[in-house]
Amino acid sequence: MKNKILTHLENDARLTPVQLAVMLGTTEEKVRAVIDECEAEGSILSYRTVINWDKTGKESVIALIELKTIPQKDRGFDCVAEKIANFPEVKSVYLMSGGFDLALTLECRTMRDVAVFVAEKLATIEGVTSTATHFVLQKYKDNDVIFEPDTTDKRGNTW
Amino acid sequence: MFDYKETLSDRIVNIKPSGIRKFFDILDEMKDVVSLTVGQPDFVTPWHIREAGIKSLEQGRTYYTSNNGIMEMREEIAKYQSRRFGLEYSPKNEIIVTVGGSEAIDMAIRTLTNAGDEIIVPEPCFVCYSPLVTLAGGVPVPICLKKENSFKLTAKELKEAITPKTKALVLPFPNNPTGACMNKRDLEQIAEVIRETNIVVISDEIYAELTYDEPHTSIATLEGMRERTIIINGFSKAYAMTGWRLGYTLAPQLFTAQMAKVHQFGIMCAPTTSQFAAVSALKNGDGDIEYMKGEYDSRRRYIINRLKEIGIDCFMPEGAFYVFPDISHYGMTSEKFCERLLMEKGAAIVPGTAFGVCGEGFVRISYAYSIRQIDKALTLLDEFVKSL
Repeated sequence: MKNKILTHLENDARLTPVQLAVMLGTTEEKVRAVIDECEAEGSILSYRTVINWDKTGKESVIALIELKTIPQKDRGFDCVAEKIANFPEVKSVYLMSGGFDLALTLECRTMRDVAVFVAEKLATIEGVTSTATHFVLQKYKDNDVIFEPDTTDKRGNTW
Repeated sequence: MFDYKETLSDRIVNIKPSGIRKFFDILDEMKDVVSLTVGQPDFVTPWHIREAGIKSLEQGRTYYTSNNGIMEMREEIAKYQSRRFGLEYSPKNEIIVTVGGSEAIDMAIRTLTNAGDEIIVPEPCFVCYSPLVTLAGGVPVPICLKKENSFKLTAKELKEAITPKTKALVLPFPNNPTGACMNKRDLEQIAEVIRETNIVVISDEIYAELTYDEPHTSIATLEGMRERTIIINGFSKAYAMTGWRLGYTLAPQLFTAQMAKVHQFGIMCAPTTSQFAAVSALKNGDGDIEYMKGEYDSRRRYIINRLKEIGIDCFMPEGAFYVFPDISHYGMTSEKFCERLLMEKGAAIVPGTAFGVCGEGFVRISYAYSIRQIDKALTLLDEFVKSL
């Protein structure tokens, strides 16, 4: 039941407990209890909307940044990662295997803002030894959602 | 002057065009209609299946296959049917791979029908059976299934329809358009009647994977029934593969050998690319079926609940992806109801009469659509019935 509720909500966070209860053949109370539990244990973290900002004319630049750092005694990469995660411009932070340590996505208004952020805020953090910045040219899919999908129903009307 | 009329076969000309076609033609012309009309899945064929089809093209597998289908596919069909439904058929001489379930139905009917033979067709049902019986020179004998029997075929109804000319019974369950299913106990009653006769059962099990309350039972699993049953199945509904046009028959060798003639002379073989894709479906697709079935089940519950809120009485469908609510108390024909809903509110559903005269008083609503789309259409339906 829990997985079914989570799967439905992952696809459409606007489904109400009443709708979910009907769809899964259970009661509204039970659905609410599961959602409360998921929120409490942190399996549900947030209910967000995936927006294609390009459609709104809002200017923004997204950059993927590879970061190398020196791990700290006892705390490894946590300290640097947490520090970086606190910047509102930083949309995600991952610890990676392979040729670099942290991967982050950054969203700023202009390319110059990205450059300033990297130079003044990231590179100056203690332990950061190098950064490599890649600009996103176009989004095709984000958060499981395909951008600019062809949503016309092309199915033939059959019996 | 060249007279077209004289050139045409009476048998063809006398077949009425499907009533639903007219409705669909109007629909196709209209813009921004919120439609719940189509009879096919809204999922795309799972990627591993598409990939297997693409791979076969890359490898240059563009030839005809053996008439009855590639052996690997027939072997996988046999394994799948055994695993899912407990049916045992020999890939060598009891399975024919066809161009969709439709060709399989046509092939079975043509193989059984002599001029004047009667074939019993329980209605409401998928539109093709009766015209195909007529084309084969037979006489379709409809049985009007009743809502009070949950649209199941009863032994009494069957007995009353049987005459010395009865050749076969079409058993279309899980049913399009009603969503009715026949469970083992229901089938046992039918089998009891059939065993006393020489009637063949054409069991159309295309929706076998889409049952929500209990797993599908094939009548061929009942005692003494395998020898007199031709099972129709296919990939369209279970794997969302409608466009691949792939179905099959399972039948005793004596039927299969005869049906193979219709297939090999009329069709040659099913599309090769589709057959290779289907091998992947059969081998690795059980999880895809479960996933899609879960989605349909959620929508089924949702749509039934909405209809209840609107105040429209509906039989709880146990299979397929349709609901078949009763709209008779609104005082107009099914066709009028659907036409007015379309014209006044821009929502489209299908009149029950498209599936036989006894569909009068009902409409078919497909839930092979997203919850959002279902919600939108039912809101319009709600507004419409409130305006009456």
